[in-house]
Amino acid sequence: MVRLITHNLLACHAKGCTSNNFPLQFQDVSIELRDADFNADFLRGFLPRLEWPALVGAARQLGDTSLPAEQPDMIDDEFLQKLHHVLLEIHVEEGAMVCPNCKHVYPISNGIPNMLLAEHEIG
Amino acid sequence: MIPTPDLSHLKAADYQHVYEPAEDTFILLDALEEDADVLRNLHPRICLEIGSGSGCVSTFAGKILGSTTSLYLATDINPHATQCTKLTGRQNKVPVEPLLASLAGPLRSRLRHSVDILLFNPPYVPTNSAEADEAQQDADIAGAWAGGQDGMAITDILLDQVESLLSPRGRFYLVAVKQNDIHGICRRMQEQYGLKGEVALQRRAGREHLYVLRFLRQPADT
Repeated sequence: MVRLITHNLLACHAKGCTSNNFPLQFQDVSIELRDADFNADFLRGFLPRLEWPALVGAARQLGDTSLPAEQPDMIDDEFLQKLHHVLLEIHVEEGAMVCPNCKHVYPISNGIPNMLLAEHEIG
Repeated sequence: MIPTPDLSHLKAADYQHVYEPAEDTFILLDALEEDADVLRNLHPRICLEIGSGSGCVSTFAGKILGSTTSLYLATDINPHATQCTKLTGRQNKVPVEPLLASLAGPLRSRLRHSVDILLFNPPYVPTNSAEADEAQQDADIAGAWAGGQDGMAITDILLDQVESLLSPRGRFYLVAVKQNDIHGICRRMQEQYGLKGEVALQRRAGREHLYVLRFLRQPADT
């Protein structure tokens, strides 16, 4: 269950990889959609913590184009519903995330991302 | 009274590889429950548990705060543990998001000063250093307890990251035992990072004198 809310918080942490290491790019993913309970306060509170372009880009990689390229000034219910779906209801179950900088591959298996590094890759 | 999460889906075979909740788990649950009102009033958006094991603690946090109120992130280096964490969340209807990762590794840069509730029940048992290193590399059940010199080998690494992770009103809960040097930990966090530490709860359980330490940026009553 790598959801886009979590993807938005993950950066490559391999040794020496400190720039252009976010967002990780999805590769060969399979996704599942699962309903989640809606909480407008949570979404409003979380908005400032999101990297908006990264979220929009990741959603598009997964075939969801419902979010505007620019974060809107007006936060209405219709927008929050779309945000809710993109952040919390799309689950990446299999595939990988690849660092745009060093190309490190983080596999996703059974809904769990493997973010471990080998000893020589730890910074 | 908030019930302990339902763990009936975990079997003896799971506990071959994943630490089964025990007194040290329960003292952390009790400390969180005592602080339940304060924690709810924080309106936490991000909870992060390091070394989530069975997933019992993050799930319990979700039961206190509400399943939609916060994002529940949980890391562990043990793949069996991340799987159990996922299932325990699901069993109790708390969407805990497990990551196979060491400490806060891949989250550190994006979660800078963003974690509202940070939880760690570390491998705190004093062992020799080689045993702790080996346990971490094996990423199996011994990694849940073998703590190296003074039981602090793993905890020491996280302590140096806590300030950079905590949000302005964030709180850090740490399980420890007497041999870890409770006062030393608190003094160090105050002197190096300006985080005020206090004993949230302590009790004896068999041979262990268990503590839950709570760290904040400022005194709790302001």
